[in-house]
Order: sequence, then C-alpha cells, then structure tokens
Amino acid sequence: MNLNNPTLNGSIEGQVAPSLPVTHIRPPSPWPSLRIGEVWEYRDLLFILAWRDIKVRYKQTTLGAAWAVLQPILTMVVFSLLFGGIAHLPSEGIPYPIFTFTALLPWQLFAYAMTESGNSLVANQQLITKVYFPRLVIPLGGVLAGLVDFTIAFLVLLGMMLIYGVPLSWNILALPAFIFLAVLIALTVGIWLSALNVEYRDVRYTIPFLTQFWMFATPIAYSSSLIPENLRWLYSLNPMVGVVEGFRWAVLGRQGFSLPFFLLSIGVMLVLFAGGVAYFRKMENGFADNV
Amino acid sequence: MSDVSIRVEHISKRYSLGEREPYKSLRDVLARAASAPLGWLRRQNGASFNHVPADFWALDDVSFEIRQGEAVGIIGRNGAGKSTLLKILSRITKPTRGRAELHGRVGSLLEVGTGFHPELTGRENVFLNGAILGMKRQEIERKFDEIVAFAEIEKFLDTPVKRYSSGMYVRLAFAVAAHLEPEILLVDEVLAVGDAEFQKKCLGKMGEVAKEGRTVLFVSHSMAAIERLCDVSILLDTGKIRCLGPSAQVVQIYLQGGQQTTLVWERTSTATEDAYLQKVYVSDEQGDALNYLTTATDVTIVINLCIKRPMSTLRLSFGLLDRAGQQIFGSTPGDCGEMSPTEAGEYRAMVHLPSEILMPGYYGIRVTLWLPNGGVLDSVDGMQFLVHEGVSLATSTPGGRVGLIAIRCDWDVIKTSKKIQV
Repeated sequence: MNLNNPTLNGSIEGQVAPSLPVTHIRPPSPWPSLRIGEVWEYRDLLFILAWRDIKVRYKQTTLGAAWAVLQPILTMVVFSLLFGGIAHLPSEGIPYPIFTFTALLPWQLFAYAMTESGNSLVANQQLITKVYFPRLVIPLGGVLAGLVDFTIAFLVLLGMMLIYGVPLSWNILALPAFIFLAVLIALTVGIWLSALNVEYRDVRYTIPFLTQFWMFATPIAYSSSLIPENLRWLYSLNPMVGVVEGFRWAVLGRQGFSLPFFLLSIGVMLVLFAGGVAYFRKMENGFADNV
Repeated sequence: MSDVSIRVEHISKRYSLGEREPYKSLRDVLARAASAPLGWLRRQNGASFNHVPADFWALDDVSFEIRQGEAVGIIGRNGAGKSTLLKILSRITKPTRGRAELHGRVGSLLEVGTGFHPELTGRENVFLNGAILGMKRQEIERKFDEIVAFAEIEKFLDTPVKRYSSGMYVRLAFAVAAHLEPEILLVDEVLAVGDAEFQKKCLGKMGEVAKEGRTVLFVSHSMAAIERLCDVSILLDTGKIRCLGPSAQVVQIYLQGGQQTTLVWERTSTATEDAYLQKVYVSDEQGDALNYLTTATDVTIVINLCIKRPMSTLRLSFGLLDRAGQQIFGSTPGDCGEMSPTEAGEYRAMVHLPSEILMPGYYGIRVTLWLPNGGVLDSVDGMQFLVHEGVSLATSTPGGRVGLIAIRCDWDVIKTSKKIQV
C-alpha cells in the first residue's frame, strides 16, 4: 500500500479486504511517475485494443492478411533489383534477397509499431475523452498489433530460406530477445510521438519522413561492414542497428554483430524509453483536455 | 467504516479559453524560436507575452458528500460544470485544485457506445466495449447472454454494427453499460437517445441499480427523469453549487431560474404609429405573470395595447411560433365572437391557450396589430420561452410524443363484430 506516496495521485490504490477500493483524485503532481503496475491492471483492455486493431485492419482491406506479406516482399524485390542487382552491394555471401528480407522483418515490425503508436492517441481521442484507463495502454496496443504481421512475414522468410537452401542457425533461439527489443524501440519512439502529437498536430506528418530517413540509417539494404570503422560507434547509437544485426546473426548466423555496440545502443534506448514514459505520464493529465 | 461513497472537497477546474499556447503546431514553434530566439527565451522565463490567456473556471470550489446507495441528480444549464464534474470523478481529466475520494469500483457512462467499432460485429463490440468500460473478460462472458437479451438483438449478433439501425446500436451499447456492476455509477445524459420504450427500460434498470445499494450520480436535462430516479439533487450554476437537497425542491429552483426564457416584453422606445403594443407577457389564468412554464400550465397571453385615434378596421392577432419562428397557428378575437378594439384608449386582451397543448421545448409568440389594407402597425415576435416537462397530455406517452403541439382529439373506438371476417 502506498497511501502516502504523493506520486500515486489518481490511481487505484489496491484492494483492502473487506473494505472497498478507494480512488483518490488530486490535482496533477509536478513529479512524473511511471506507474507501470497500473498498466498491468488494465491488460485485458490492452489485448482487446490490439485485437481490435488487427481485426479491423484485416476486415477493411480486400487482401487482408496478404498485406502483411506483400509489403516486405515487394520492398525486398525492389531492393534486390536496385541494390543487389544494379548496385551490387555486398551481402556477406548470402543471397541478397534473404540478406535484405531478414533485415526488413524487424524493420517493418518497428516501422509499423512506431507509426501506429505514434498516431494512437489522436486516433483514439474519442476513448480518451470518455473513459478513464492508463493512457499508456493505447500506444502499447498499437505496438502489439504489429506482431501479428511480423509472425506471418517470418513464416515467409523461413519458406524463402528453404527455397534458397540457406541453413537456419541455432542462434535463432535468441531471436525473441531481438523481437522484444525492436518492439521496445518502437514503443519508445511511439510514446514520445504520441504525446507530442496531442500537443502539436503536425507531428503526424513527420512520422513518414522519420521512418524513411531512419531506414537508410539502418543496415537493411546494405551491410554495416560498409561503415568506416571509426564511425561505427556513432552509427551504433541508432538502436535499430543492433536489432537488425542481431536478426542477421540469429537467423543466418552472420558475424557482423558486435556486442559492445549493441550494448551501447540498448543503453541509449533505455534512457529514451524512461524519458518517454515520464514525458507521457506528465502530459497524460492534459490529454483529455487537449485532444 | 464510514458509509461515504463519494467525497468531493473544494474541487476546481480551470480551462483556458482559446489557445493556451499561442502556437499549436510544431512548425510554428520552430519558426518562432528560430526567428526570434530572444523572445522565445524570454517567454520561457515567464516574462509577459502579448498573448493573454483567458481563463475560465468550469468548476469553482465544489464540495459535497454522497453516501452509499444514494442516487444523486446533477442539474444545471449548459456550461454549468456538470460534465466537467463527471469527467473529474471518472478520472478522465484532473482537477486544478481540490481533491475527491471515491469508495468502490467506479463505472462511468459518459456516452453510449464508447469505442464501438462499426466494422466489428455486435458480439465483438460487446467484448470491446465491456473491456473499455472496465469489465474483465470473464465478467463479460458470464453476462453475455443477459446483455444480448436486454438489447434484443439476438438475430444480429454476428452482423457488423455499421449495418445496425441507430435504435439497435443504442440498445446494444446501453445493454453493455447497464450490466456494469460497479459500486459507483456515473451517468451523463445517455438516455437522451434511443426510442421511448427503451428509454423507459434503461431508467428502470438504473432504478434497480440504485435500489441494490449502489451509488448513482446522474446528469440530465430531463427533470422528469431526475425526479423519478434521484432522491437528492445538486444544482450547479457557473461552476458553483447553487443548491443541494431533495430533488423536487432543487428541480423547482432550477426551473424558476431559467434565463433562456423571455416571458415578458415591454415597450422601451416611443411608438410612432397611432396604435401600438405596450406590453405582452405570459401569465396564468388570472393574469399573474409566470416565471416558468411546464406542459401542464394553463397559459394565458396578456396583451396591453394603446390606440390613439379610432381605426375602424384595426385587427389584433396572436400566433404561436415554433422554435424556429414558424407560426404553428394563429388566432384573432373574432374567432370567438369578440371584436378587435377600434376606439381610442388603452386595452388589455387576454388569449387563453387551450389546456395542455404545449410540448416540452421552446416556443415563441407573435402579436400583431395590423390593418387589412395598411399593413402592420406594430408587432412583437422576439419572445421565446422554454416549456419544461410536466404531467400533461404531451408527456403522457412514454418518452413524449412527436409533434409541434399536443391536441386532445375525440376518438370513437367501437367493436363492429365479434368474429374476424377476412
């Protein structure tokens, strides 16, 4: 029980048997607090919102789930023709389509999750102004929906590897960790964007640009071995570098993956994540008034 | 343990009118910061800026206590702070000052069908909406059949709700909400939608909720619903509690204080014509001015007029107008054998409206002095007034009846045969 904790304003402070749970309502506290536990209490809502997003998306489109596959495949085809076929970028001895597709998977997951969560608060403003729940549930739900597309596209990758005769590496057991990381990065950026989006509506227009620039700063179409050694640390500040390299390492068993740089990017990301949640929590008091 | 259910202490909520930040787009913020870095810095330091935000207190030092099992109505004009109060209690927004305590699970129903998605089926929306309102999955599963039966939409469960009629949509949405089982239920004007039959069912359901010992806080514009459902009511006026007490009394005070209503018109300028209207007002049968009207009031319109010189063809007429200013019907003294005044002098005319013809809502009055060949000499048609719900013909149909006025017609219903002949 945290009855005296000043940062717990407005939260349900647990149930004390046999009396009723007490909700305290107070003015916003100047101190940001994360209150992750409250989000857990609302997990049912989180899953149902994610389920809604997936369901609606597949219902509204004629191709339905095929989009999950088509998008990365078409990108892969374009990349293979341009960068693999014409520019002859090195792909570390792996067929170029596989090389780039392995990177596109976590990238699509990231880009989708980031866009969805970035726009989520504004898209769900009707909910925000009519019902209470921890607002973090909304960008979280947007991120979860991306995982379904990812799973479908991953099956395609396995099929392609079978066709090209590329063996699967045992490192794949570490894959869930990289998936988790991709989601966490998307969430970090998504939380920042969603909160900023409420305040400044033109943020939504910057999201597609951000995604595009970010993609070229990530070794998707090319191998990170092309980056000069003395600039690698700077390059690795982009946390998606670690994720994409990690993916290639886990699925294909490539060596390009460097642990120190990876830890560096995780560090950067964790700082941004904590900052994002704190900013979000601070701004959330005003969401219903501003949206 | 005390049996206090909701305790509100000095709650205030400030909103900024217009823009609180002079810029709401990132582009502007960046452009301003780039072109005038000094100004931007100064503003960061809290120095004055040529933009003066206009503040407005939606709630101003509101305190009250509600005990468990009480059904409390909240009434007041638009902008009185009713919805803000509910939003604060349901934690959608935070107060600027003050604090509140709610003992028990809180269910808030500020809108029917929050989060309903048109593409999803009725069944899917029950789960979605239930979760949004705070129900656990097992709870929804347990009550699912009950919800569907209450909404009467069994056949359309697997149809996307975008194909529902608005009536079905509202029924399903309310059914989900009605099966919330919180200790405290906050309800905002949701009964304004749906057909009359269903509204009655909803009111019944909410009455049950209150009887089960749960606390209900109910915002409504329907005084009839408030009086039926709530023992105690709070009257809010521009963010402050104006009074708190037994519903019948509070409703009475609210109805008397209606400011949207003009029941008296009096000449303020000097008349130029030889015949003119002096004063027009709405009164009871005895001619005493009324402060408020219900559909049950016997209404008389009193017209004071002045004729400076005899005019043999002068006509006086009266018209009842609808909210938009369209005349519903007109009437002249000649209708019942009285003559319009023609001699010089001051007159008082009284128009007695037939009993119980008014519906709840806005009406206007038009009084005209005219000459068949000389046009209008004087006319008054700026009077508009609100007729509140009362027990009368107009409200005898559950949920009210349709039409501009209510008229009691003569009916004959006779049985012509015992057998049905096809």
